[in-house]
This record gives sequence, C-alpha cells and structure tokens, in this order.
Amino acid sequence: MSAIEPGEFKPALFTQTNAARLAQQTLPLPWLTERREAALASWLDCPWPTRKTEDWKYTSLDPLTKGDYLRFNDSKTPALPASLYTVAGLAASRLVFVNGHLAPELCSANEQVDGPCEATIVRFCEANNDQRTLIQEHLGSIAKLESSLFTALNTSWLDDGVLYHVPKQVNATQPLHVVHITTPNRQPFSVRQRLLVVLEPGSSATVIEHFVSTDEQQSSFVNGVTELQVGDGAQLHHYRLHLEEQHSIHIGGVYAQLQRNARLESFLLGLGSQLKRIDLCVQHQGPGSYCQLNGVYLPKEHQHIDVHSTVEHEAPHGTTEEVFRGIIDHHATAVFNGRIHIHPQAQKTVAALSNKNLLLTNTATINTKPELEIYADDVRCAHGATVSQIEEQALYYMESRGIDRKEAEVMLSFGFINELLNKLSLEPIQKLLRPVLTEWFGRDSALTRHIE
Amino acid sequence: MLSIKELRVAVEDKEILQGITLEVKPGEVHAIMGPNGSGKSTLGYALSGRPGYEVKGGSVAYDGKDLLAMDPEVRAREGLFLAFQYPVEIPGVSNMEFLKASVDAAREHRGLEALDAVSFVKLAREKSGSLGLDAAFLKRGVNEGFSGGEKKRNEILQMMLLEPRLAVLDETDSGLDIDALQVVADGINALRNRERAFIVVTHYQRLLNFIIPDYVHVLANGRIVKSGGKELALELEEKGYSWIEREVA
Repeated sequence: MSAIEPGEFKPALFTQTNAARLAQQTLPLPWLTERREAALASWLDCPWPTRKTEDWKYTSLDPLTKGDYLRFNDSKTPALPASLYTVAGLAASRLVFVNGHLAPELCSANEQVDGPCEATIVRFCEANNDQRTLIQEHLGSIAKLESSLFTALNTSWLDDGVLYHVPKQVNATQPLHVVHITTPNRQPFSVRQRLLVVLEPGSSATVIEHFVSTDEQQSSFVNGVTELQVGDGAQLHHYRLHLEEQHSIHIGGVYAQLQRNARLESFLLGLGSQLKRIDLCVQHQGPGSYCQLNGVYLPKEHQHIDVHSTVEHEAPHGTTEEVFRGIIDHHATAVFNGRIHIHPQAQKTVAALSNKNLLLTNTATINTKPELEIYADDVRCAHGATVSQIEEQALYYMESRGIDRKEAEVMLSFGFINELLNKLSLEPIQKLLRPVLTEWFGRDSALTRHIE
Repeated sequence: MLSIKELRVAVEDKEILQGITLEVKPGEVHAIMGPNGSGKSTLGYALSGRPGYEVKGGSVAYDGKDLLAMDPEVRAREGLFLAFQYPVEIPGVSNMEFLKASVDAAREHRGLEALDAVSFVKLAREKSGSLGLDAAFLKRGVNEGFSGGEKKRNEILQMMLLEPRLAVLDETDSGLDIDALQVVADGINALRNRERAFIVVTHYQRLLNFIIPDYVHVLANGRIVKSGGKELALELEEKGYSWIEREVA
C-alpha cells in the first residue's frame, strides 16, 4: 500500500499501480474496508501474467494493457431497448446494471416480499446486519484472493455488490436474472461486478448472469466475479451468458462451493471478443455433491476466448460431469483448460470431462488441455479432448438427401452446440440463445433456414 | 432409367466392383443378392456418390444423364435415394429439420415451392405414423439413440417424403423383427408404381417374400454372376451362395 502515493488520479494505461490508484478513488463500505485492503495488497504483490505464466500461456493481456480503461463510467443510462435485458417467457426477478450502475427503472421487482422465509436480493450497500454477517462469512472465502489476480482486483475495487440469499428449505421459484449491459462511451471505462449467492441447506434456486451490450463498437473492460455457496442438499442452476459486442473485454470468474449432497448445474455460453477470460472453479467440500459443468464457446473473426475450469474434489462420493464444446471460425483462437483435482480423501469420486472442438477454418486455433490430478485410489475418472473438422460421414449422409453442402455444414455445426442447448432446463434460455447462434452461423438465411 | 455399364469401383485402391452391368427400367424391382463382401453395399454407395468410392471405369447413365458427374446432393435431388444399411447419427440436428431441409432441396430442384412448416409437420407426422413411429421421434436428433429398427424405419420415412424415382435399399431388412419388416415392406410397396424403380440389396431371401422382385441378380467378387427371376432368390435361400461361386469358378 505504501507504494501508492495518494493524490489526484488521472486515467492512464492499465497497470497494477494505476488500477490500485483507481481503487483509492472509490468509497469502500466501511465494514468491507479490511478485505479491500488485503485485496489491494494481493493485487499489487502478484506478478503480472506473461506468456510464461502457466495460467496465461495462451492468452495475452495486451488488449487490456494497451487500452485506457482505468476509469469508471458515471454517465447517464442511455435509452435501451427492452429486448436487450428481457428474455421472452422468463418470469424472473431482474436486476439490470448499465455500465456498472444499477438501473432501477429497468429492474423488475421480486414478487416475493422480503421476509424471514423468502429469498432476498439485496445490494451490499443496503444490507442489514444479518445480511452483512452473511456477506462477511462468504465473500472472498469462495473466490479467494489467491485464486486469480483479477479476483483480487475485483475485491480491491469493491464498493458494492449483490447478495442473493435463499434461506433453508426455500424453493425460490422465480429465477434471479442479473443483466449487465455495456454501451459505447466517449472514453474507455471499467466495470466491476460482484455477485454472492448463498443457498442455505435444502433450498433451491436458479441464477442467470447475462452479459450483453448494444451493437455499436465500444470500449469497456468488465471484471465480474461471482461466488456461489450451495449448502447441504441445496440445488442451484446457474447460467452465465456472454453475448457482448466483440470489442468489449471481459475477465472474470464463477467460484462455487458445494456442501454435502449439494447440486450445481452450470452452463456457460461465451461469444468471443478481443479478450475474454472466464475462470470456473468448483470445490466439492461436502460428500455426495454433484456438479454438472457444461459450456460452449464460439469465437470468430479475430476474437479470443479462454475458459479455465478447475474442479476440486475434496470430499468423498462427489460427481462431476463436465462437457465443453467450442466452434472456432476464421482467425479466432480459443483456450480450454479443464482441471480436475481429486484429493486423497475424495474416495468414490466419479468425474468425467469432455471437450470437443470444431475448427471451421485452417486458420482457427484451439489450445485445449484436460488436466486430471488424482490422489485417491478408488475413483472413476474419464477425460477427453478432441479437435476436429466437420464429420465427413454426416456431411455425406445429408448430401445424399439432397441438402446443399454449405447448408449441411451449418446445420451440423449448429447441431454440435445444440446438443448442449437442448439439455438446458430453462426453455426461455434455449429460445434466447438459438437465434443468437443462428446469427453467429451466418447472416445468409438460406443456410440457417432449417435450424430450429 | 438406369444403365450401368462395366462399372468398376475401388475403395482405398482395392477394386471392389469389377465390372457391373445392369439395366433398370421404370417400375422394375431388382434384387441384388450375394454373400458378405461381394460388393453389394459398394454399388449403392457408388451410385449415391459417397466420397472415397472411386470410379475406375465404366459408366452410369440415369435418365440419359451422366450420373457419375453429379455431386451427391444433385443425384438426390434428381430422384436417386439410398436407404443406408447403417444410417448415420447426427446428434443436435433434429429429425424434423433434417427432413424439411431434404424435402425443400428436392422441391426447389424441381421448381416447386417449399412446403410451409405446418403442412410439412402434418405430412411428416402422417408418414411416420404409417410406419408406426411416434411423433416425438421427429423431434429427436437424426437417428440419435434410435434402435436398429427405428433407424431403418427412419430411412423409409425419408424415402416416403422424398418420393424418389430410383431407390436403392441397402440391407433394409437387417436388424428388423418380422413385424417391423412387414411395416417397412408395406411402406416400400405403397411406393411401387410404374414410374418408380427399386434396387433392393439383401443378403437374405426373407425380404423378398414381402417385396416381390422382378429380377434377382447374384453378386460375387464384384461381378454379377447370375441373373434370373424371383425364383432365383428361393434357390439361393435353399442352397446358399457356395454353389454359385463354384458354378462360376
């Protein structure tokens, strides 16, 4: 801390010191000051990742460091079409943030009243004593400072956040839909987001994190960190959708802890951008917990996306089913790193990781690395990663039915992803994503006309 | 309609078909029988244009046009249909969208308007019902997790919707129990007419009790070694293939 001279902050290039200066411009919540300071120290201490840093081997932070992102946006919320933040057919409690600021006029209130028996959604700055205690207990103990440099950054900038609390045995019937919108601004800017979800034993809930932007070219850096605490026997469905405009940068992560017999079903969809990095970390802390970790990434043109997943089996009888698929087009690059770590005490673990990639051109790149580390002897584990082009057998079969080769290619690629979409339990999310993908596959409607 | 002359086809440089000559006229049903490895499936694949099936010689005229010069999808749109012995599974592509894409392509080729979605769904349901397939089956991925019998019925469903002029059925009877065989055969027989021809490839005579052929040809070692009427199939069933192989040796 002493390394930083107080004084007026002038936006400058993205360096650790400059980001720390920006932290000092924000007003901390007094009860979270200590955490911020610890985070700031951690942020400043951590060496800046280079291509030699194992975790950042295939992802360059250059787009971030070359940009002038170190300021928060305080301009007024522009008028935005409802299609940007609503999902047809989805009855949810909706929170909308525009360029990092809550836009109350775009939110839709939870039907349920705040009470001891209901799920509550509250901003950190409005938390009561009980809620503060909850936040103190969980915040930063799921997404630990050492887990990622950018988690430390997020905590060092922390001046607010959202707590979603589902009490014991409560079945929250309405999903929580958190929308983060970015829009163009005169100057580049940063956005920090923090979400803490606490499911008490026996409860269930659905959380959708939806990152989106207006279509215009824009210049923003979003750092979103989400923590999920899934209590004994609780069940959480989690969706994280990254549908931003391709110039916006996102570096963030989802961190989850699963207690005894807890269930987490998680789905990630990421379009590419000039720099996108998402860390997914799941800790099986209680015995018998189950985690389904599915996802899809789709970079094209000159975009990049990096998904790092880490699953820690720290307790026996845990199950992980992880399926990630990527389609990489044009000159885009993707990184998938899937680590499953089975600790000595995690006997009877069943873990399977599958990562399949489809390269649509000779210039598209995927770096995929499944990593299994097993220290228990009575476990069942499987992992596999494949990189392929479209299967000739299937193409021929479709051609033999008169379907044009180009159209068959699009249908097959879409099918490759659609397999995972079909498994989503929320149909409105399937319906939201299908047109997004159809557009991804081609604006030539002749090629996508048969995709449902 | 189809005139195959001295057709020679190689797969990975091994010549499987060593000079096939066959004449098929509209309305006819030709059965191709033969032992395993005789080249029966290769004939179907070569006619449909499967990549990797290299034509080494001979010619195939389809309605006077050079079939071998056409891309596989054009052959299909021109009315050639191959019912696969092992239909391909395509998870993620629904059977319905697959069928609609096929039928639209064929109709477009003939200068017809695409069927609207509602009429198509109705038609597909009706046809699948006639084959004893549940409507839910249309929503599933193409052949994904289908039983052997369902896959074969799905092939026949495609044929019913595409209404080809020449259908090649490759071992359509394999994997079918007797009831399913009856259903499939009824579907095929319903399509028989004076314009449409069939080449029925089968190892066993059983199918030919249901689909009565006009001609039976025996394929052995990449050549047609014997041709005859439907009674030839019965003779094969009784005596097996070895006597023919001995006879031609």
